Amino acid sequence: MEPLLQIDALSKAYPGVQANDSVSFDIEHGEIHALLGENGAGKSTLVKMIYGLVRPDTGSMTLLGQHYAPARPGEARRAGVAMVFQHFSLFEALNVGENIALGMEDAPDRRALAAKIREVSTAYGLPLDPDRLIGDLSVGERQRVEIVRCLLQNPKLLIMDEPTSVLTPQEVEILFATLRKLASEGVAILYISHKLEEIKSLCNRATILRLGKVVGKCVPAEETARSMAEMMIGAELAMPKARDYQPGAVALELKALNLPSLDPFGTSLRNVSLALRKGEVMGIGGVAGNGQDELLLALSGERKVPSGMITLNGEAVGDAPPEKRRALGLLTAPEERLGHAAAPDMTLVDNAVLTAQTRRKLTKNGWLNMRKAASFSDEIIAKFDVRTPGNHVVARALSGGNLQKYVIGREVLQRPDVLVVNQPTWGVDAAAAAAIRQALRDLAANGAAVLVVSQDLDELMEMSDTFAVLAEGRLSKPRPAEGLSIEEIGLMMGGTHGMEPMAGAAT
Amino acid sequence: MDFSSIDPISLIVSLMIAATPILLAGLGELVVEKSGVLNLGVEGMMIIGAIAGFALAVETENPYLGMLAAMGAGAVLALLFGILTQFLLSNQVATGLALTLFGLGLAALLGHSYTGLKPPAVSKLDIGFLTDIPVLGRIVFNHDAVVYFSIFMVIALWWFLNRSRAGLVLRAVGESHDAAHSLGYNVVMIRLAAIMFGGAMAGLGGAYFSLIRVPQWTEGMTAGAGWIALALVVFSSWKPGRLLIGAYLFGGISVLEINLQIVGVGISPAYLKMTPYLVTIIVLVIMSSDRRRASLNAPASLGRSFHASH
Amino acid sequence: MIRLERRKAPSKAMLWLTPLLAVLLTMIFGGILFALLGKDPFAAIHMIFIEPFTDSYSQRQLLIKGGPLILIAVGLSLGFRAGVWNIGAEGQFIMGAIGGGAVGLALYGMPGIWVLPLMTLAGALAGFAWAMIPAFLKVKFNANEILVSLMLVYVAENFLRAMVTGALKNPDGRGFPESRSLAQYASAEMPMLIKSAGLNVGGLVAIGAVVLAYTLLARHRLGYQIKLTGQAPRAARFSGVKPGIIVAATLGISGALAGMAGLFELVGPAGKLTTNFPLGYGFTAIIVAFLGRLNPIGIFLAGILMAATYVGGETVQFALQVPAAAIRVFQGMLLFFLLAVDVLVAYRFVLKKEAK
Repeated sequence: MEPLLQIDALSKAYPGVQANDSVSFDIEHGEIHALLGENGAGKSTLVKMIYGLVRPDTGSMTLLGQHYAPARPGEARRAGVAMVFQHFSLFEALNVGENIALGMEDAPDRRALAAKIREVSTAYGLPLDPDRLIGDLSVGERQRVEIVRCLLQNPKLLIMDEPTSVLTPQEVEILFATLRKLASEGVAILYISHKLEEIKSLCNRATILRLGKVVGKCVPAEETARSMAEMMIGAELAMPKARDYQPGAVALELKALNLPSLDPFGTSLRNVSLALRKGEVMGIGGVAGNGQDELLLALSGERKVPSGMITLNGEAVGDAPPEKRRALGLLTAPEERLGHAAAPDMTLVDNAVLTAQTRRKLTKNGWLNMRKAASFSDEIIAKFDVRTPGNHVVARALSGGNLQKYVIGREVLQRPDVLVVNQPTWGVDAAAAAAIRQALRDLAANGAAVLVVSQDLDELMEMSDTFAVLAEGRLSKPRPAEGLSIEEIGLMMGGTHGMEPMAGAAT
Repeated sequence: MDFSSIDPISLIVSLMIAATPILLAGLGELVVEKSGVLNLGVEGMMIIGAIAGFALAVETENPYLGMLAAMGAGAVLALLFGILTQFLLSNQVATGLALTLFGLGLAALLGHSYTGLKPPAVSKLDIGFLTDIPVLGRIVFNHDAVVYFSIFMVIALWWFLNRSRAGLVLRAVGESHDAAHSLGYNVVMIRLAAIMFGGAMAGLGGAYFSLIRVPQWTEGMTAGAGWIALALVVFSSWKPGRLLIGAYLFGGISVLEINLQIVGVGISPAYLKMTPYLVTIIVLVIMSSDRRRASLNAPASLGRSFHASH
Repeated sequence: MIRLERRKAPSKAMLWLTPLLAVLLTMIFGGILFALLGKDPFAAIHMIFIEPFTDSYSQRQLLIKGGPLILIAVGLSLGFRAGVWNIGAEGQFIMGAIGGGAVGLALYGMPGIWVLPLMTLAGALAGFAWAMIPAFLKVKFNANEILVSLMLVYVAENFLRAMVTGALKNPDGRGFPESRSLAQYASAEMPMLIKSAGLNVGGLVAIGAVVLAYTLLARHRLGYQIKLTGQAPRAARFSGVKPGIIVAATLGISGALAGMAGLFELVGPAGKLTTNFPLGYGFTAIIVAFLGRLNPIGIFLAGILMAATYVGGETVQFALQVPAAAIRVFQGMLLFFLLAVDVLVAYRFVLKKEAK
């Protein structure tokens, strides 16, 4: 039998980067095919071409023996190609039914659609209520909406872009059961991920991309995670040095921190308590949207809470403004680099002033000392190996990894007592990620207390001395990270939001 | 002071007339904002509608052709805004202001030779016995066609936004242009269509001033009605039904102000003339003070430029 | 196919070239407009854009007319940079004239070199207070400052009407709706500093405001915070900027400057309060602020250019019998074209081959 989709020498270039360079591979009927690669390897561009969002510069595709060149997602959908996005293409203020209707070519009327949604979602073990607002759903439930939207159109090929990065381990199992059931019904699945264990257990075949090129093809079940990782990265990865953990006095303490979310679709913090000691790295895991943003806002001082809820070296700072907290030694680095941790259209010098005015004494009587700011900026660039033509460049012009190094470096070089970082290596290349993790551990080794909020469990396991999970605005009791099993972490992450694995389909 | 000279029925009738232009312009802007675009040029499009409608009505002696021309002129001016904000990605606030400044100037220039003329009259509905019903007859069955059209548009837009697929797509674009784009919807074209609809409605609202409410052409005759329509959209929480209530409340206030002037309450008329503007401010304050609710109702992408990066 | 591509960094060259391009486009399309009106386009363009700079009487008028525009626009630009949209400068201008004028009228006839400074202070305070209304409502109740400040323009216009027919009416004016003439009150007269250049006290204050605003933006923490708030509001809050203070500061400064401009207009060209006192400077200043790229020095140049369109516009009006409104169309066009070509600063057009 001919393959479902043949991809033949697809290339796509963006200014300054060859996103895809003559990529070729086949996808068979009913197979789960992994597309493996690091951030920036060209996976997203490739699937956008298959889904009609981007047009290839050269090359061709053949779907079921027919020439296939979708100009729009609508054409792709009509041809039987469906896609679940990494960042969901959902509308928070609209309900489930409306969202699904928007993604369909010929949506039936509202009532018929609602009945269909109930039927299909239950059949695949992903129950959904068509009348609920997306904004009120958990991340796992939102992904269900995306999947059900695809399933209603009887796709031949389902593309899934990093689907598990937002799920708890239990939710991942349910998702895998659904995907296996689909594959057994003849639907092909193109599964994009950089999580090797997942691919080993789920996928029949894998195509590996690096820097826009196909660098390998394999049967994941026959490989080790290490061998695939080396194909993906093209080099061996340096692991951070192990270190002795000697906790000192409590530096940062949260006492029953409560904070209502201002975002109508956000999560309020409820009774969050923790004690972070000098020299300790505490990891806080959990799926995004469970109160991480609110926690960071409360710690940075962007939102104020009753003063006693947060103490820094014994001093109540819950209602202190950001600059006061920095003066006292509490620094933060938010998740979003462009627009929150840094101003995109300002220079690196200006961005150094953003948080370092007080501790680096960059202002005097309200006047800025630009020379001092420039030399601090140069110091960050040098010590954190930020690749940039100079300190006059605007933040937006830097790559994600370089800007993240700059942002983390800016805080680390101010020698904080307590540093709080959110998603320190999100969207950052492997080398930069390793450097950032090492810098944070060095900081703790020198006696600072470090709080790392992340969705990447591997990262947290690698870095943390103690570990806790934020789920629906509540923080689990922090535990020593050593010896924690994935199952235990999954339970800490707060279960499955009512999803039940299908009988017989789960592994 | 003699309040008995205020006839409550005429008050209600003139309230509806006073409300109609801001209702029309407000409905147009509501659709524009639902698509995620903030067009502050309503005042400019209204005044252009006022002069274009007036000029064509005078030249052809047909007020309805004038109204069509007003809608066309408003839509063309809106298209200019659309091209700038959607294709050239200009700042929506600044471009809307430019539209108003440009529109006021252009209208004054075009209207130069039309000052002092009288437009052809617009007939009112008169269904003999129905119109003769006491009280209700004059309030319900004795208006010009535009009043009925504006009420019809309230219902039509409610249906469009809440029941039709096109309306769903429009709301989706206003909620998240990135998500709508990734589903394959043409964000720019949908917004352009909404912007032109908004322009046409504002143009008609302007023509209502010059052809029916006043009726003659004077420079700057819309006197901030476009801005009041913008405030009403906030007041309405982007719901057509509430926009109708808001516009009629507002019409009531401005009519009452005029009546109080006629009666003479011993206050300088200049102070009375401030009331509609002060009431607008108060309404804005009340509607905006609950931040959480305000952000829930407003289209999430309102005022943000969209540029597909791939 | 031509498409837009985002530049890695905003183009410095385009930042300064685009206003010139906008002026050029306005000349072309303005010329077409005049041709449509049946007037000689070349003569009109010459009168508007060239003559004001060559004719000595017009030259003097440039600073006199440009002064208030520059003063208001500098204030507005601070707000616009921070994303605070004060559209009601016209109202603050009127209130400044009323406030300062009231002081002058109260002291009418009393000599003293302190009279004008006191009036100026009162004018600035009145404009400041008027601008603090939208600031307060924005900070306290989240009310949109665009709509509130604009509504207050209409309130101020009616307040002016109430004043010139009431409290500030000329007692010897035989019922005309106007105040006493301040032009006949020597202590309230605005001194002309350099007659040949048309530089009066108002012009000097405008130049001073340009220099101060430039220093503030380039070197001071408040200026940094203003820029930061406009470019990345979340980063600003993260940095520790209090949004309320930025709203109050930018609205307050622009209100005070607009109020001062109103007072200078009163003691200068206008001479007395009448219902015709508002000339729309508060709105034209918005164009000046954008044309000057929200940069104090750019605003100075843009203010002079805009003054030229006023001065030249008057010439055109009389010489070619064109309605006064034509010049407003011209100014509106200028802002439109500027916004249109502005795209070149952050983006560039690239010719792109379609995939085969």
